[in-house]
Amino acid sequence: MPLKLVPDDTNIGFVKLRFIAFALTLALTIGAAALLAVRGLNLGVDFVGGLTMQVEFAQPPALDTLRGRVDRVGVGDSALQEFGNDRTILIRLPLPEGEEGAVQRVVGKVRGALEADYKGVKFARVESVSGKVSSELISDGVKAVGFSMLFVALFTWFRFEWYFGVSTVVALVHDVVVTLGFFSLTWLEFDLNIVAAVLTIIGYSLNDKVVIDDRIRENLRKYRQMDIKQIIDLSVNETLPRTVMTSVTLLAALIALLLLGPEVIFGFTAAMVLGIIVGTYSSIFVSSSLLITLGVKQRAAGSEDARAKGAERIG
Amino acid sequence: MLDFPKWKSWSMWLAVALCMLLALPNALSPSQLALIPTGLPKSQLPLGLDLRGGSHLMLEATPQDVEKAKLEALEDTVRGELRNAEGGAIASADLSLKAGRLSFTVTDATRVDQAITILNKATAPLGVGAAREVEISRGSLPGQVVVTPTAAGISAAVDGAMAQAVEVIRKRIDELGTREPTIVRQGKTRIVVQVPGLQDPQALKALLGKTAKLEFKLVDTTADQDEVLQGRAPPGSQILPAQEGGQVVVKRRAIITGDQLIDSQVSTDQNGAPSVSFRFDSTGGRRFAQATTENVGKPFAIILDGMVISAPNINEPILGGSGEISGSYTVATANELAILLRSGKLPVELKVVEERTVGPDLGADSIRAGIIASTVAVLAVAGLMIMTYGRFGVYSVFALGINVIMILGIMSAAGFTLTLPGIAGMVLTIGAAVDANVLINERIREEQRKGKGVVACVETGFREASRTIWDANSLNIIVAVIMFLFGSGPIKGFAVVLSIGIATSVFTAVTIVRWMAARWLTSARPAALNI
Repeated sequence: MPLKLVPDDTNIGFVKLRFIAFALTLALTIGAAALLAVRGLNLGVDFVGGLTMQVEFAQPPALDTLRGRVDRVGVGDSALQEFGNDRTILIRLPLPEGEEGAVQRVVGKVRGALEADYKGVKFARVESVSGKVSSELISDGVKAVGFSMLFVALFTWFRFEWYFGVSTVVALVHDVVVTLGFFSLTWLEFDLNIVAAVLTIIGYSLNDKVVIDDRIRENLRKYRQMDIKQIIDLSVNETLPRTVMTSVTLLAALIALLLLGPEVIFGFTAAMVLGIIVGTYSSIFVSSSLLITLGVKQRAAGSEDARAKGAERIG
Repeated sequence: MLDFPKWKSWSMWLAVALCMLLALPNALSPSQLALIPTGLPKSQLPLGLDLRGGSHLMLEATPQDVEKAKLEALEDTVRGELRNAEGGAIASADLSLKAGRLSFTVTDATRVDQAITILNKATAPLGVGAAREVEISRGSLPGQVVVTPTAAGISAAVDGAMAQAVEVIRKRIDELGTREPTIVRQGKTRIVVQVPGLQDPQALKALLGKTAKLEFKLVDTTADQDEVLQGRAPPGSQILPAQEGGQVVVKRRAIITGDQLIDSQVSTDQNGAPSVSFRFDSTGGRRFAQATTENVGKPFAIILDGMVISAPNINEPILGGSGEISGSYTVATANELAILLRSGKLPVELKVVEERTVGPDLGADSIRAGIIASTVAVLAVAGLMIMTYGRFGVYSVFALGINVIMILGIMSAAGFTLTLPGIAGMVLTIGAAVDANVLINERIREEQRKGKGVVACVETGFREASRTIWDANSLNIIVAVIMFLFGSGPIKGFAVVLSIGIATSVFTAVTIVRWMAARWLTSARPAALNI
């Protein structure tokens, strides 16, 4: 007998739960947004400029001494953090005042100072970004996320109906805000890779919503007399095995990457794990039920047959 | 749905075989790779700097510098044209470079128009329909002429300077002896330099951060010292800082510049200290000989990047076309200067605005951890799929394997680079492929519960799921394209893998799995489906 994560023919009343779900979603979103507003994000050098050095020492260094040594170089307040093990230290330094390129001199100074004082020190990774480049990276990141959402909304509007577009984007905004809130809460570094993760979360969450939307449309066409609430419940239940199976499989793969993968992608995979959980939740509880609030109509199913036919040719 | 025409099966497997062939070089060692006959694909997928270690530097030029250089070149043109004007040299005064334009006053008011006409002719654009690079007009003062570079002129100058800068950088890095550097222009004013395997980029940065503009100018010995102390130089002269401290007043016009150098090497001066010797080309040598002959007994300054290195007296005419620069050099700094002079000056000053250096150990650690984690991830996915869907799960896992090989093959052939975010992208495409199969298989299960026959279940399953898969993946492609257009660095790498991966995922997870299912259904004719 094959494994079934979800029993056959479930009939869970998701629509009935929608007000609880909406309240929870709203609370989560506002909470995350408030956290972001108050605490902000631990932005990496990609976005604020400055430099990060991942330094490997022969022996675990005393952090206070090391901080004193770096501060004596006189290039601003340093932030030190152990990275993976106690011999590997991440040194963060702020963007130096003055012209572009000043950050390079700081790299040289700190390097020289540490090489002189600590024997066998190795610079595993050095990243420095000037102020101008970092502000461009911010605007690029915001553009990438913003345009993705916009085009997703447009596509869903053309492919389905406008309320599908709205409900999808509302759920996506929730996913993105909660993920950002998670980064604010854990103070994990937020860098370019995390923006890629956020974009991927958008992609996956979208996948989930399209699958359910597709089923709702199909059922709207099939059961013309059925109440919309019933149709949504039916569709979410019918697609539940696939939603759960896909999420569980992906989570299994991502957790392997999170626990065993290289330190460098820890933030990325952590974001993905959370994003999949949040995205799955919003697909099941938020986006489909929101259709009722938006007043989806039976005619949403009309005249879709021709377009749907075109899609089959890929298979 | 279950009947596959022969041509369809053939072209499908041909595509798979082709991608496998493209991916094959990645599994070979260099010695095996050498055995592949020419004509067959042999390009391996290069690893990004984050995986193999190395330095990534982004350099930026300030367009204002290029503008200034363009104006200085214009100054030479203006002087030359006025001197050689028809009907005798046109006398001019107050030549100055200010606020991005060059202005001068023609002493003889009747010849202003003539001056404008000849300058217009001298700066006429090359080629039909090309935009004028400078505008020449009368200034507000009587007899004043103003020369202003146009936006098109500046943009062309920046473009030319950047193209030249890329060449100079290439020469300098080649001199360092590092292997396979990548040097590309990015946008209008940036150059990205990637040097794999370079762990300490200090030497590289030192080489790239210097313009290496070498000039020889006569020292202005007549300048009033009091004026100089207040920072005012006599007309036609300028004040430059000297390396050993203090300032030197020199004539603005250079006798000769580093452009005419053909070679430069490390040598030792008469005191046995390291120095840099150089040789001019034949015209440069002649000009140097002439200038030194005319100015015996006077001092001249050797200037590097606006700093006077030394200002020796010309004891006798220097006729051999070669010379020596000595200062307080070590062997290393003398060698650096020799490289800089050999490779020519940068047409514009470059600043490092972004650096990412990964040591090779860290890169290797990342690869090792990445491989272990990916293996476990793949095993987990395969295990879950096979346990859940039995035979159809095996088909999916097989298709997943082909999927990964196809992504690698296409990326190798297209010349992309595999980075850490790229690997993440690959894991996520595997997710998309898994999802496609989950959709199909769950749909088959649903149809089965409705009590349909085996073939009908599989048919409906594939048909209905295909539509959803198509919708979902079109959206993912949109997101990937936007990431590629607006994202930077790592996001771009991620987007490339994602786009390729989505295409191959749909192909393998839908078409190939369907082919296998169809083969099984038509040959085994199962009475029941265990899914």
